[in-house]
Amino acid sequence: MDDREQSAISRRGVLVGGAATVAVTATPAADAQGVRPAPQPVTMPLTLEVNGKRRTIEVDTRTTLLDALREKLELTGTKKGCDHGQCGACTVLVDGKRINSCLTLAVMHQGDKVTTIEGLGTPDKLHPMQAAFVRHDGYQCGYCTPGQICSAVAVLGEIKAGVPSHVTADLTARPGPTNDEMRERMSGNICRCGAYSNILEAMADVAGVKA
Amino acid sequence: MKFDTPAGTNPIDQLKVVGKPTDRIDGPLKTTGTAPYAYERHDVASGQAYGYVIGAGIAKGRIRAIDLAEAKAAPGVLAIVTADNAGKLGKGRMNTAKLLGGPDIDHYHQAIAVVVAETFEQARAAAALVRVDYARAKGRFDLDAALKAAPLKGDSSGEGSSAPPIDRVGDFDAAFAAAPVKLDARYTTPDQSHMMMEPHASIAAWNGDELTLWTSNQMIAWGRGDVARTLGIPKEKVRLISPYIGGGFGGKLFVRADAIMAALGAKAAGRPVKVALTRPLMANNTTHRPATTQRIRLGCSRDGRITAIAHESGSGDLPGGGPETAVSQTKLLYAGANRLTAMRLAVLDLPEGNAMRAPGEAPGMMALEIAMDEMAEKLGIDPVEFRILNDTQVDPAKPERRFSQRQLVECLRLGATRFGWDARNPKPAQVRDGRWLVGMGVAAGFRNNLLMKSAARVGIDAKGMVTVATDMTDIGTGTYTIIAQTAAETMGVPLDRVIVLLGDSSFPESAGSGGQWGANNSTAGVYAACMKLRDSVAQRLGFNSADVTFAGGKVMSGNRSVPLAEAAGPAGLSAEDAIEYGDLDKRYQQSTFAGHFVEVGVDAWTGEVRVRRMLAVCAAGRILNPKAARSQVIGAMTMGVGAALMEELAVDKRFGFFVNHDLASYEVPVHADIPHQDVIFLDEVDPISSPMKAKGVGELGLCGVGGAIANSIYNATGVRVRDYPITLDKHLQFLPSVA
Amino acid sequence: MRPFTYERATKPADAAAAAVRNPGAKFIAGGTNLLDLMKLEIEVPRHLIDVNGLGLDTIQPTAEGGLRIGALVTNTDLAADQRVRRDYGVLSRAIVAGASGQLRNKATTAGNLLQRTRCPYFYDTNQACNKRRPGSGCAAIGGYSRQLAVIGSSSACIATYPGDMAVAMRALDAAVETVAPNGAVRTIPIADFHRLPGDTPHIETALAPGELIIAVTLPRPLGGTHVYRKVRDRASYAFALVSVAAVIQRDGSGRVAVGGIAHKPWRVEAAERRLAEGSKVVAATLLAGAKPTQDNAFKVPLVERTLAAALHDARNMA
Repeated sequence: MDDREQSAISRRGVLVGGAATVAVTATPAADAQGVRPAPQPVTMPLTLEVNGKRRTIEVDTRTTLLDALREKLELTGTKKGCDHGQCGACTVLVDGKRINSCLTLAVMHQGDKVTTIEGLGTPDKLHPMQAAFVRHDGYQCGYCTPGQICSAVAVLGEIKAGVPSHVTADLTARPGPTNDEMRERMSGNICRCGAYSNILEAMADVAGVKA
Repeated sequence: MKFDTPAGTNPIDQLKVVGKPTDRIDGPLKTTGTAPYAYERHDVASGQAYGYVIGAGIAKGRIRAIDLAEAKAAPGVLAIVTADNAGKLGKGRMNTAKLLGGPDIDHYHQAIAVVVAETFEQARAAAALVRVDYARAKGRFDLDAALKAAPLKGDSSGEGSSAPPIDRVGDFDAAFAAAPVKLDARYTTPDQSHMMMEPHASIAAWNGDELTLWTSNQMIAWGRGDVARTLGIPKEKVRLISPYIGGGFGGKLFVRADAIMAALGAKAAGRPVKVALTRPLMANNTTHRPATTQRIRLGCSRDGRITAIAHESGSGDLPGGGPETAVSQTKLLYAGANRLTAMRLAVLDLPEGNAMRAPGEAPGMMALEIAMDEMAEKLGIDPVEFRILNDTQVDPAKPERRFSQRQLVECLRLGATRFGWDARNPKPAQVRDGRWLVGMGVAAGFRNNLLMKSAARVGIDAKGMVTVATDMTDIGTGTYTIIAQTAAETMGVPLDRVIVLLGDSSFPESAGSGGQWGANNSTAGVYAACMKLRDSVAQRLGFNSADVTFAGGKVMSGNRSVPLAEAAGPAGLSAEDAIEYGDLDKRYQQSTFAGHFVEVGVDAWTGEVRVRRMLAVCAAGRILNPKAARSQVIGAMTMGVGAALMEELAVDKRFGFFVNHDLASYEVPVHADIPHQDVIFLDEVDPISSPMKAKGVGELGLCGVGGAIANSIYNATGVRVRDYPITLDKHLQFLPSVA
Repeated sequence: MRPFTYERATKPADAAAAAVRNPGAKFIAGGTNLLDLMKLEIEVPRHLIDVNGLGLDTIQPTAEGGLRIGALVTNTDLAADQRVRRDYGVLSRAIVAGASGQLRNKATTAGNLLQRTRCPYFYDTNQACNKRRPGSGCAAIGGYSRQLAVIGSSSACIATYPGDMAVAMRALDAAVETVAPNGAVRTIPIADFHRLPGDTPHIETALAPGELIIAVTLPRPLGGTHVYRKVRDRASYAFALVSVAAVIQRDGSGRVAVGGIAHKPWRVEAAERRLAEGSKVVAATLLAGAKPTQDNAFKVPLVERTLAAALHDARNMA
């Protein structure tokens, strides 16, 4: 970069930083590819199988699977922690695979089988992973917990299925439910209370290994 | 119940239920997703509309105009509230900046409007159509620059940490000048964000002039008062309900914009309204732990005794805010005849600084415990031994005032044994394990114990079920369970015969959750109410309350035994009382102590730091539930890993905001960052603290962890980093070269 | 997020045609980045074309002895494929170093190539950003730039491409197969797929409007030892400060591509020719002309050291 370019950078920087007044919208009106919004929401019928029950609802195309579960179906066990795929609190199982329900549109799941935390077990009849979380105190405030448990159940399945992870030493060998494997695979589920060490023990308990 | 003399033997000492590592009673609800959090109350207030909060796009200045036309016309929009139409609003006692900005803007992402619509999608879309014309004003965003002319300022965190503007004991300057071994170093800690998993959220519903808020708040009574104050209505007209709280860490001590904007939106829309702050708004809209710049000077004799100790700290906040009380612990932690602490406060136009888990001690110990490590090395003394050598059993400024219990030495000694400290090579950068440079570090942990009035109501029904009601909160701390244990122990019933109701302002006022005071005070309040209830029961049965036993669901006196249900009668019995304290906290210094031990690996190539082992040994009075208490400590240790290695709100000093304002860019520890953690509680009861003889652990577990990690990194690399977080860029260039 | 209409496409060419027919249309597959950006109105499509039903979710051998990866193969399935694990280990490694298990279950091969920068000023719509709003300026320049580019940046943009998968694909000389709205199929070498920002940072790839990725092809296996070394502050679920994809042969020759430092995966063939001279020389060649900011100057030595680590790992694994 020559001096001319350097000063161009700083000029733009100063221009932005030094402006005495500035007009900004709460969010910008139109970006490069932007166009005016359609005036009315678009809704579509949607049929899902949620925790074994067929549910048909009318949803705004903008509704995420997470909001459809929480607001439309009133299944609030699935949590909204960030709404941007940065925390994992919204983890559910779709056709057996764990996903972030905040980053997928409800209308993209026509006919899908969705399992939420409510579908794994109930207070009177806990899933083994839920019971292990209680036994090992694998939670504190409880807000990330449903996502942790859905992920934990899926993680043991992924290990069994031989899906490799970042810490799998030999890519051509089958991974096992080691502490390192479970920790790495659970890393998409943030727990700000810091129950990680106990969550790992709960998972090891269910996996039948020593944490 | 007045607690003004040390506790003697009491029903809690039976330890049939209290002190057991009981599973949490709220566990089945939390693990099945059936515990309802603030935003999830479909069972209350029908017809809930959705509010979406808009944050200011500038840090400092004024709104010249807001154009709402397009937003108002958008599908589904019911109301838009801005400062123009909100009516006159007050400001909460606990808030520094107002919760609804405009026309003046105090900080970036300060709420300036709430858009209420039939659906969340409609509210969010309409919010994007609100056009705001700002006049940007010059702001003060650079802490280092602002501290140059900042005045001395004393304050209390309100959470057990406080210091005057300047505090002198003996003659620090002379003693430091004369000390044969000296350390004079500067340390910095960054702004940090609570980043609790549940965003701030509320549902507001008006019934005439009465407001009910289902919200997520740690301090129900404070919150009720501040909602009333902000809205200009009597607090009797406000009810807060907060039975489950998805993490707080100090970020939900106070009323925030979600509650006020939901209330205003509900009033304007004529319907209940629910509001959750979006994650990208939280870091700048709500509070944070302020950054500090600290200077520590230690003067020692050659045999390792501290003769002079000075700790000065500077931080910044909005006008009317307070300093981060980072020097507080330095008044009490180590011996030394000549002492100095001082704090400076700069005015900044960044978002509001306020309490985050262990305000004061958390950043203060991060600095002090590096300084202790540095001095130990200068002296050639083992850092565990150096701390033990400088232990004090009395308040160094008031030697007549003893600690109620102080087992710091025991924590350090036991920790050293259990951790295998003797294997540590005192010479840094000597140990290698494959790609890892390995090091061990230690730090003391210290946090005060606070006594706060706390009330509860306890009833027995005709079936013999015991119900406790208090506005105390469970923010993940295990409150439900330890309160149930306390009531079960005192009333002589099994744990499953106790129902605990929390977090409702219609219940008796408790200590609330903050400053690690919750467990001891709230259970002591429940104990007080139970003892009063026992008196009523005895009286009803005509028993002499002095020789009544409550056990096995029965009330017994002499050869008479009556089932509790029968004793309560068909109408049941109820009692309300509070624990109130005398001056025991003046006569004794009440604190909690820990020894933190850490082993890290530092990648010899890339400088990445990974924690390999962690141990905390804690002395914190009676541990009411070792399982839940251990979780508090491991959680705090995890937050300490974040503080030491990755957490930093990056300040844009041109525009005055925290740039990395989401959970992708503000990194907190993930599973892969945290190894198995060990916690040991020393066997301790503290009869000075309360009838429970307990103290707090939730913040103790954090205080000192950062220092222990920093010291272990130094031991691994030989590179001393004094600026947190210790990211790889800070030591990379000093690591051994690689081929 | 603005209202949009939604359709499910069943044939690739139909999907591409629908994109041209509907102004403001976007394809959606995994949606993990697009929805994230739509919530912030950084992306504002009027119409979404769901391409998940196109059947592009298989991995097939090619006549040349390589692999053709359908555009919709998920990150998880791609990383777990036995052929990829055996013959293209660097690709498996890169994928599992990125994001989280949940995201990899949704993220697709094509979508991952198209993920947009994580520059915090791009993500904050109050801030000037030439990528988000051409001509508005770049608030990142002179701002917080620890994560941002050290090379190939311009006076208009210092953003980085944030992904991992494409870095490995760059080292493997993958090619991107597309279909245009008129049905025309073309192949774009991965080297030409991502663009440097120049004066048009909002144009990030070589794709034309409506053009749809249908597959990524890998040439026949290179052999050698495959290493992906990703450096980040926390141990997982974080974008790279620097990453190195390396395929090293027994004789010490090989390929290296670097992530986290530029607007595209960074590979300099001239640097690879000097692998025998060690990481210092290679890094110096790779980073010739680098213009780091004060915040990210550390990336220059970090590239050298990460490269050294990758070469060390390769020697150990060989």
